[in-house]
Amino acid sequence: MSAPGVPLLEIRDLEVAYGHVHAVRRISLRVNAGQVVTLIGPNGAGKTSTLAAVAGLLRPQGGQVLLEGRDVTGLPAHRAVEQGIVLVPEGRSILARMSIEENLVLAAEARTPRPPTAEQRRRVEAQFARFPVLGERRKLPAGSLSGGEQQMLAFARALLMSPRILLLDEPSMGLAPLLVRRVFDLVEEIHREGATVLLVEQNARLALQVSDHAYVLERGHIVLQGPSSELAADPRVQAAYLGGSTET
Amino acid sequence: MGQQIVNGLFLGSIYALFALGYTLVFGVLDILNLAHQAVFMICAYAALVLVVHLHMPIFAALPVAVLAGGLLGMVVDRIAFRPLRGRSDSNIAGLISSIALATILEAAVLQFFGPDVERFPFGTVPTRSIQIGGAVVSELQIVIIAIAVAMLLGLTWLLRRTRLGRRIRAVAESPKAARVLGVDVDRIISASFFVSSALGAAAGVLFGLAFNNVAPDMGRSVELKGLAVIVLGGMGSMPGAALAGVALGLLEVFTVAWIGSSYRDAVAFGVLFLVLVLRPRGLLGPAALREA
Ligand SMILES: Nc1ncnc2c1ncn2[C@@H]1O[C@H](COP(=O)(O)OP(=O)(O)OP(=O)(O)O)[C@@H](O)[C@H]1O
Ligand SMILES: [Mg+2]
Repeated sequence: MSAPGVPLLEIRDLEVAYGHVHAVRRISLRVNAGQVVTLIGPNGAGKTSTLAAVAGLLRPQGGQVLLEGRDVTGLPAHRAVEQGIVLVPEGRSILARMSIEENLVLAAEARTPRPPTAEQRRRVEAQFARFPVLGERRKLPAGSLSGGEQQMLAFARALLMSPRILLLDEPSMGLAPLLVRRVFDLVEEIHREGATVLLVEQNARLALQVSDHAYVLERGHIVLQGPSSELAADPRVQAAYLGGSTET
Repeated sequence: MGQQIVNGLFLGSIYALFALGYTLVFGVLDILNLAHQAVFMICAYAALVLVVHLHMPIFAALPVAVLAGGLLGMVVDRIAFRPLRGRSDSNIAGLISSIALATILEAAVLQFFGPDVERFPFGTVPTRSIQIGGAVVSELQIVIIAIAVAMLLGLTWLLRRTRLGRRIRAVAESPKAARVLGVDVDRIISASFFVSSALGAAAGVLFGLAFNNVAPDMGRSVELKGLAVIVLGGMGSMPGAALAGVALGLLEVFTVAWIGSSYRDAVAFGVLFLVLVLRPRGLLGPAALREA
């Protein structure tokens, strides 16, 4: 696949601003093929802004985004998807009024204008097999699913888009503890299957458990980084993100 | 009575076509495209020119005019709407810029063709009639109703069964959610304008043929009816718009027959008012485009 030594995704000196509000200030990070890398940090640190800039939902003010060494900075979102950059946004943004099946079909045909229908069906069925709750209710509007089920749908959709890099923005947000566990299990599952993931989370403990490498973002700056196991043992991380934290 | 029903269905099918196009853009963008009536009018002229000056048979001129209407719709989007997209006041600004564009187009046509009513030459359309029960039905009426029904079915198929249709519905529900699915939102909006304006163009040509009357201001009254149909049908509902269009056509014809032609619009809008009081969300509720 990618040349040895070249990360799958590299962000160099990325800057994102909303008018005069500087959300992301020259951050750099790398995700190697097959890795799960997590980006943790408090509310308003700039995590969502970083993912949005990579996914083409907003234009960075400066810096570069490289996919396997190729410059993809500032591509509009649909072009980023063409390149295999797939985002599961905060709040999941499923199409609530369309059926569960149509949500998946839209994803299956996202990167292939005219897919052989049989092949597309097979891929959708494979996701229904992975998530039986979705298969049982495929004709119902996606909005009828519970929060956890909607997150499953968002995952299934993202996987159908054949991501080269999957960007997950707080997938466990707002879910009951059991479902939070399920979401992180799922991240581990797709990790084993070879997926490359950049995972944004506020649940630092679980995010560090399922990831290979971690970055800590505060007020637009990366203040710490390292292998996840080392960061989990770092006293500063323990104090700020793990000590007395409210997660499961 | 049977005669009135036939005439009402005939008029209503033209209203329905016009309003379906109107509703499609409204459902996708939450914006009223007030240049829709200008496309309606210009495409009636386009068909007229093709028939009168290029001696095309109407069955060839109609698809050409419909295609031209679709392309004109994409131009309307480019000029009147796209530059404003993303502004916080884009809805009201788009409304105004589309009125401006409609005014310019109407003035241009007025300049070019003059204010007089133009007519299709005799023999453009079949003039025979047949007897069904007690009603006399012209072949033209049958053809127009058939074309309207075919386009309605085609639109339903497009929206429900095709990749483009799914993408149009996705953008209608949430542009952001569509974007993360790899949808080029600007392109889908442009395609929606094409489909919408092609329907408006078909309505314009059929209206011109039905009344053998093509004039620069022919879009004006239809525009108001189209607005009424959007509201009556339930703001963005495609089946609602089709139903409301036909209902309005029937209502008008019966008003003319039983009460008098000067009450035509008064009764139509009176009923609109009544429906809104009784069913504020219109006949088929809101946002059914998304379920279409
Ligand atoms: N659309 C916007 N307009 C103006 N400022 C914004 C906008 N979106 C985010 N910001 C600001 O940018 C900064 C970073 O926001 P961002 O959403 O990227 O943070 P985050 O780390 O994802 O936070 P959270 O954990 O709450 O999701 C914050 O100060 C926020 O107020
Ligand atoms: Mg966020």
